[in-house]
Amino acid sequence: MMGRVVLSLALLALAGPTWAEAPAECRVASHLIERDFALPQVARAIIAKQLEILVVGAASSTLPGLNGVKNAYPARLQQALSEKLPGVAVKVTTDVKAKRPADEMVKSMPPALAAAKPALVVWQTGTADAIQSVDIDQFRVALDQGINIARSAGADVVLINAQYSPRTDSMIALGTYAENMRWVALQQEVPLFDRFSIMKLWADLGTFDLYSPAKKLDTAEQVHDCIARLLADLVVESAKPDEPHAESGR
Amino acid sequence: MVPVSAERDLRLDLFRGLALWLIFLDHIPSNAVSWITIRNYGFSDATEIFVFISGYTAAFVYGRAMQQHGFIMSSARVLKRAWQIYVAHVFLFAIYLAEIAYVAHSFDNPLYTEEMGVLDFLRNPEVTILQALILKFKPVNMDVLPLYIVLLLWFPPMLWLLLRTPSLALAASALFYALTWWFDWSIPAYPNGNWVFNPFAWQLLFVFGAWCALGGAKRLARWINSPVVFGLAVAYVLFAFGIAMTWYFPRLGVFVPKFVSDAIYPIDKPNLDVLRIVHFLSLAVITVRFVPRDWPALKLRVFWPAIVCGQHSLEIFCLGVFLAFAAHFLFTEVSNSLLTQIIVSLAGIVIMVATAALVSWYRRMERRGPGPRPPAIKPGYAEGGA
Repeated sequence: MMGRVVLSLALLALAGPTWAEAPAECRVASHLIERDFALPQVARAIIAKQLEILVVGAASSTLPGLNGVKNAYPARLQQALSEKLPGVAVKVTTDVKAKRPADEMVKSMPPALAAAKPALVVWQTGTADAIQSVDIDQFRVALDQGINIARSAGADVVLINAQYSPRTDSMIALGTYAENMRWVALQQEVPLFDRFSIMKLWADLGTFDLYSPAKKLDTAEQVHDCIARLLADLVVESAKPDEPHAESGR
Repeated sequence: MVPVSAERDLRLDLFRGLALWLIFLDHIPSNAVSWITIRNYGFSDATEIFVFISGYTAAFVYGRAMQQHGFIMSSARVLKRAWQIYVAHVFLFAIYLAEIAYVAHSFDNPLYTEEMGVLDFLRNPEVTILQALILKFKPVNMDVLPLYIVLLLWFPPMLWLLLRTPSLALAASALFYALTWWFDWSIPAYPNGNWVFNPFAWQLLFVFGAWCALGGAKRLARWINSPVVFGLAVAYVLFAFGIAMTWYFPRLGVFVPKFVSDAIYPIDKPNLDVLRIVHFLSLAVITVRFVPRDWPALKLRVFWPAIVCGQHSLEIFCLGVFLAFAAHFLFTEVSNSLLTQIIVSLAGIVIMVATAALVSWYRRMERRGPGPRPPAIKPGYAEGGA
């Protein structure tokens, strides 16, 4: 991880123009947002001036409390994208339920897709699977199925991996699940929003105090705000018309 | 009967000691120092080294015992060892319980409601603790010892066969590995899934280590020393390095043709993927070329810290798991600055070495017994268990 920190400091200088509007704390992780794969459906939706997004996730896609849903990253994503894409009607709906492993999310996808008809499915998963030690093959199969279901419903997919949670770090075996998620993303040519590395970087640089055991809602809200902004950047970057270098060799 | 070499190969202790250090560094979550460990640069990691060398030394120690004292006596010793490892595992589980109960007590960060799910099992300890005792529930990083237990339980008949017809034993082991892949054999875990290290697959590396100890290494010498094999090994290690880099820098992924990535992913760690075996073997071929058995430098004091750890692998492995918990505790409660991470990692290794030295000293005292002092013999390196 040291390499990541050094690299991030080196790349800070290169992070530039897209960051004019984001708060400084989010910006330190901007180099972790790279355009790896294209999002053609999103590109089409932006041209059509109407972008529908479905967030499928578990408890880390929301926040506790009365205003939890309003303050969590899906709602903030809608706001950030609306700002970045003036004139485009952005609408984010959610299918978020706690403690769901990937295969359960897959089961609820078809009705959710039919209702929302999104151009993009943002799929946050992996933590519940790691906690429940779901069989790794089963996890990978579920990821493949979910991506295929979303695609056949005419949507692009962005995967979001687990949060960096320093206090439970030695108790949840994220490793194999994170690896498999990365491999599936590479094989399926789906952008992976590397939430783990981003939050790890914030913790390393002292941007946010993620070590606190206390009930601090303001930090949690800022973290979700930054996640939403970075996610919006990833979506907009990946939806830009094809640059020739990004497609070479594939 | 296959002759069992009388002289212990110091390289085994050296590399097992190094593997124990790497496992310790890898077990500290989010540790910057773990950036240096081999798992980041290829397919295999320190677990392969540990299992292979454990098989090698088990054949070395118990093979001699089986030839001198017969099947029953040596099997009893193997089973006693398995029991010791089980006790060590349960002891580590108690430490894990203490840690998780402490964390559950104060953890209320609204960001982490999902992660708090891992603390749920404290609500029904009557199930979880029982499942832990029968080795079905295994907390993070506590999968190696249960694997070792199963490998040892299975070892006496395997060793018996290895001492008679080594090649048949190795072929049987490889067949068992292949059948495991074919029929998806595994051991179920609690609450879901299967063992993180499937013993039916990992036994291949253990038996291969034992086979090498019982003359296999000599038979392979011609292959190992061939420049063609060496070249292939180097090429494969470089290939694995290149693939590993695409995990950290996804942009490099465009240089990997699709048919290659389709062929290699997923790399199956639970079932000891062939890619991992070949990576381990390649590293071994390269290592053996640069570190021959009679390498004079092995007697140098610089290598002593790793060697002494490798000679007391069970004690040092358990200590490493405990130290990794302790290090994580320090990171969350005191500081997680880069400097702390480096200091804590180094301090952990120093504690491992000091403990190994202490265990060595105890063993010598116990062997000497309460009688009159024997003439002073300078303690050599050739000691330690399997």
